[in-house]
Amino acid sequence: MFPNLKNPVFTDIGDLNEMARQIRRDIMNMLLISKSGHSGGPLGFADVFTALYFNKLNILPEQPYADFRDYVFLSIGHIAPVWYATLARRGYFPLEELKTLRKINGRLQGHPAPLKTHGLPGVEIASGALGQGLSIAVGAAIGLRLSGKPNHVYCICGDGELNEGQIWEAAMTAAHHNVDNLTVFVDRNHCQIDNRTENVMKLEPLADKWKSFGFEVFEIDGHNMKEILDTIDKAKKVKGKPALLLTYTKMGRGVSFMEDNYKWHGVPPNDEQGRVALSELFPTKFGDFVDYYNGK
Amino acid sequence: MNFIHKTVSCLVENLDLKNPELKETRKGFGEALIELGKTNPDVVVLGGDVSGSVRSDMFRDVFPDRFFSVGVSEQDMMGTAAGLSVVGKIPFASTYGEFATGRPFDQIRQSIAYSEMNVKICASHCGLTVGPDGATHQSLEDVAIMRVLPHMYVITPCDYNQTYRAVIECTKIYAPFYIRFYRDNSPNFTNPKAPFEFGKADTLLNGDDCTIIASGLCVWESLLAAEELAKEKISIRLINMHTIKPFDTDAVVKAAKETGCIVTVEDHQKKGGLGGAVAEALAQEYPSPVEFVGASDTFGESGKGSELFEKYGISKRYIVEAVKRAIKRKK
Ligand SMILES: Cc1ncc(C[n+]2csc(CCOP(=O)(O)OP(=O)(O)O)c2C)c(N)n1
Repeated sequence: MFPNLKNPVFTDIGDLNEMARQIRRDIMNMLLISKSGHSGGPLGFADVFTALYFNKLNILPEQPYADFRDYVFLSIGHIAPVWYATLARRGYFPLEELKTLRKINGRLQGHPAPLKTHGLPGVEIASGALGQGLSIAVGAAIGLRLSGKPNHVYCICGDGELNEGQIWEAAMTAAHHNVDNLTVFVDRNHCQIDNRTENVMKLEPLADKWKSFGFEVFEIDGHNMKEILDTIDKAKKVKGKPALLLTYTKMGRGVSFMEDNYKWHGVPPNDEQGRVALSELFPTKFGDFVDYYNGK
Repeated sequence: MNFIHKTVSCLVENLDLKNPELKETRKGFGEALIELGKTNPDVVVLGGDVSGSVRSDMFRDVFPDRFFSVGVSEQDMMGTAAGLSVVGKIPFASTYGEFATGRPFDQIRQSIAYSEMNVKICASHCGLTVGPDGATHQSLEDVAIMRVLPHMYVITPCDYNQTYRAVIECTKIYAPFYIRFYRDNSPNFTNPKAPFEFGKADTLLNGDDCTIIASGLCVWESLLAAEELAKEKISIRLINMHTIKPFDTDAVVKAAKETGCIVTVEDHQKKGGLGGAVAEALAQEYPSPVEFVGASDTFGESGKGSELFEKYGISKRYIVEAVKRAIKRKK
């Protein structure tokens, strides 16, 4: 019943890893241009975004709102740069547009903006105020099931975000309604704004918390492409309850001085730092959308 | 009824001001949901553990597959409703007025209003008439905080008939709605066959000494005040402002021009609600004397609805006094 979805784009782990690295380069370039925005979270979740958009999702970028699409809800709107870079790389909109991040009259708002007002293809609903995405994902999943549709719903949450009470309300709702057309990712990078998560608000034992709320929990290395791909498949097969991928990542992954450092949650690199970052994330066969240091 | 001298088409025929039919507005919501359930397969309803109170259990009992209990979690309810809207459903999220607006304000703002979701927030038990429950349950700020949200429709039906119609009609517009109604029996006095259009105020009385602009339960109270004033040869233009947003500025300006002064009446804070909307419209378009009847920057308390209307200055005699003050201020 699906048209030719053109996914997977890549099956080779090497290709996927290279695309993830390109997306990281894109994130750095976007932030160098905008001089504003979050570095840490976007870099940390580039592998998962690549796995979803270049291999797993049922999507057709030229028809971003096709009836058969899988739904992606980014509950942590602040990591928008990784979503935007992925969508552009996947052909939802021109790569050139990545230069407009956080700029006036642009579609690439600081946090994902609604379709109706800003019209960025691939975005379903606004996010930015934390804690709301899981409820939305559960609502979408319930609605799809009611319509007898096979679409799958993905929701991406942060670990700091789990401090929000609404997340746990939504967790109860998901389990109560036996929602199994939903896969939740929690970006377990142990970092949030003020400090490491366990210093701001203790989350552990986190897997047990989710299990006790009725979720099937998979703990994975969020930088191991094969493990991400395999576990997405496993999670999709879970029946009668929601599935959650507790995804261990490093904030700022790929840039040595940002890695695992909460201070990189919400700031962009300066020109000096950007040079180092781009030299560590060495160039890929896909090519950059901009040559920032030569003004092109 | 002889004080009703011109148009009466918005009122039921042979209205008996002493003995009106009494019906629950919330039941208008419940009955309308059942009708929508039969005619629109996309309509779904969310329950927040007060389904019996708000009367959405009427829908649940007929269409159990399209009713989703989310427990006592209003923030989650608003998000879940938004998600249902993303996939093409028309979700009705319903609870008491305070918990439908105050608790989940940020969720409504981001996931429903900003995102322009087709979510219908239906709030029962609004205003002072939840009486004995006291101030925690008396929503007197809900209209103000919903009205300030871009994209949001804010509807304050005045009786059972109008609540029923508002709930049916809101499904014909793809937009977020806030519809406000009540727990108790109240007079059912609007003509179900009269034209009803969101954003177009109903003129119930066509007098010309002063205009009373009222919303919700206060429309009835204002009708009684107009009857009283008629005895003193003061003829009232009575406007039922059932839509607070989008606001019928034209009707307000026309009334100000033709009657020279305005009184607003609402079961809500004077500031920020209907009174605020009227004042904003007139300040910009046609500055005129306005007197406000409503809660005066205060919370409520336990008591009977009628006692509270009296104590907090919303009953008939306060409306009469406000009209006289307004007329005195006319140039
Ligand atoms: C409701 C709300 N409160 C506060 C914020 C500010 N804020 C943005 S991101 C963030 C920390 C989130 O931590 P986490 O989910 O771990 O994301 P990460 O640091 O890994 O990117 C906070 C407090 C917000 N966006 N929304």
